[in-house]
Amino acid sequence: MGFADFTFYVFAVVVLTAGLFTVVSRNPVHSVLWLILAFLSAAGLFVLLGAEFVAMLLMIVYVGAVAVLFLFVVMMLDVDFAEMKAEMAKYLPLALLIGVVLLMELGLVFGNWTFADQAQGLRAAVTPAIAETHNTAALGQLLYDDYILLFQLAGLILLVAMIGAIVLTVRHRTDIKRQDILAQMYRDPAKAMEVKDVKPGQGL
Amino acid sequence: MTNADFQILLPEIVLAVFAMAALLFAVYTGKDKTAPMLTWITAAILAALAVWIGWNGEGTNAAFGGMFVDDAFSRFAKVVILIAAAAVLVMGEGYMAKRNLLRFEYPLLIALAAVGMMVMVSAGDLIALYMGLELQSLSLYVVAALRRDSVKSTEAGLKYFVLGALSSGLLLYGASLTYGFAGTTMFTGIVEAAAHDIPLGLLFGLVFILMGLAFKVSAVPFHMWTPDVYEGSPTPVTAFFATAPKMAAMGLFARVVHDAFGGVTADWGQIVALLSVASMFLGAVAAIGQRDIKRLMAYSSIAHMGFALMGLASGTEFGVQAMLIYMAIYVTMNVGTFAFILSMQRDGQAVTDIGALNQYSKTEPLKALAVLVLMFSLAGVPPMVGFFGKFYVLQAAVQADMAWLAVAGVIASVIGAFYYLRIVYFMYFGEETDPLDHAMAPAQWVFLMASAAIMVLGVVNLLGIEGPATAAAAALVN
Repeated sequence: MGFADFTFYVFAVVVLTAGLFTVVSRNPVHSVLWLILAFLSAAGLFVLLGAEFVAMLLMIVYVGAVAVLFLFVVMMLDVDFAEMKAEMAKYLPLALLIGVVLLMELGLVFGNWTFADQAQGLRAAVTPAIAETHNTAALGQLLYDDYILLFQLAGLILLVAMIGAIVLTVRHRTDIKRQDILAQMYRDPAKAMEVKDVKPGQGL
Repeated sequence: MTNADFQILLPEIVLAVFAMAALLFAVYTGKDKTAPMLTWITAAILAALAVWIGWNGEGTNAAFGGMFVDDAFSRFAKVVILIAAAAVLVMGEGYMAKRNLLRFEYPLLIALAAVGMMVMVSAGDLIALYMGLELQSLSLYVVAALRRDSVKSTEAGLKYFVLGALSSGLLLYGASLTYGFAGTTMFTGIVEAAAHDIPLGLLFGLVFILMGLAFKVSAVPFHMWTPDVYEGSPTPVTAFFATAPKMAAMGLFARVVHDAFGGVTADWGQIVALLSVASMFLGAVAAIGQRDIKRLMAYSSIAHMGFALMGLASGTEFGVQAMLIYMAIYVTMNVGTFAFILSMQRDGQAVTDIGALNQYSKTEPLKALAVLVLMFSLAGVPPMVGFFGKFYVLQAAVQADMAWLAVAGVIASVIGAFYYLRIVYFMYFGEETDPLDHAMAPAQWVFLMASAAIMVLGVVNLLGIEGPATAAAAALVN
């Protein structure tokens, strides 16, 4: 077993273990930390595959932004996870039954799995050859040229998500004072202030 | 990616750019004060695009390497979708404004949903299919929950969202199995890989994809969300749900089964036939107990989807043609019916109980007559146009040696006639109750009367819809 194989098994085992603990750990903060470990190991697997750009994205976007965001949400929302789990436990037997049946069916599919004759060729035909182009250039070519339509549609979907979040949550309160910069700037000291001559010992 | 690709996509681009520009405009100017104007402009643009696509479209054009297909089939579906969306926007404007629901985002979300639906019916690729579907669904989830202070509306939005996400998950799982087998997400590649027989793995993929799509057309047993979402959403939104998205989902359904799995008609035909029978019967039977007209229309739409699926189940070119004609008629009937439901008010409060219609013909003979025509047409009573829709799909089933399916359809249609006729009975022979308000917005009146008139006058030649439908079916099935 060479060094690459060894690294692969290390990363693979860590991904699976971390994924398992993400699901089973009681404390949601621990779950997020396990999730970060899973992301990091997955990034390692991508490097082994020669997809260094995706690996870096995984580190920056998922570990750097998404996981930290999760952490914030978990800490700021006061969700009683223990109660939710108790609620879930009620449906566990049925869910387990359905899950097992589905798993067996999918096992059946896995056992009989075949590929179409031309599948392997078609799969490889989409991407430029790894030896000739950099990862980043290849991804750019795919995203902004071949798949520009899908890329832009994904952008539209995100726009709808943003509009939706605003429509459903923002409310304009009328009972609070807002800062009015123009009013502040146009304020005339001569009108706003008045100088009074206070005599000692008398007050106003 | 060339200029020609964008040329083919121009209607979608125009609509998307309009939605974004209008969003910016409204945010920086009057916000919700611009909403009535934006509603009318959006409706006008949707209608103009329908005319443009209907008049200008020619031949079969594939853009972006076949990911987006513009052919007679997609054009037929797009025209129906755009006209339905425009009609629903116009007739719901007054209702929304009166109840303080007319946010400026509403017409724009409908426009973006329309972009999604146009992509759906033109999809030539599994990813494009999914992108269109999500764009449409996400917009619909938001408008379903538009009435924020109502628990029912929020529930409708949430239920739709959670179940919709589940169905998208199923669809994606099926898509990944299909990709795993065929090695491509293009429909043209998949149909080659599954030209004659279908291995077990791909069959699983097909079943999962069909499950996801059946959810979107609300076919039994994936219909659970429909009555609650229809009841909880604001009525103009319900009217929208019952029309354009149904056409889009049906168009997508036809595209997937014929474009991607056209070689294995028998395999998906039996699944679709089962969905069809279950939907027709459940829609007919479950609606009998409903007193709320919005829930009733939900079950009615389930039953109608069953009939439309019957056309698809036959797996022939004529079946697709029958489905398209059926859907066009269904959408027209629903626009008229919902125009009436939107006007149902007592002392300015919207009522949805069908008991409120008692003796309606005494106070409003003309409107009652129009509703009678629509109800007869929905039930499929000859000589209304609704009967011809049913006739086409039954004929398609019989021609494909599925006489049992046609017989089941006739029985279900007889059962379903009960609740449509009950509404008519209430209107003409019901007990004396407080009458509904006389007032009806002019737009609603126009759509109610126009729809009823089409149901009667269309008998002559179905208003020439048959030619385009034939061309559309020929473009899809080959």
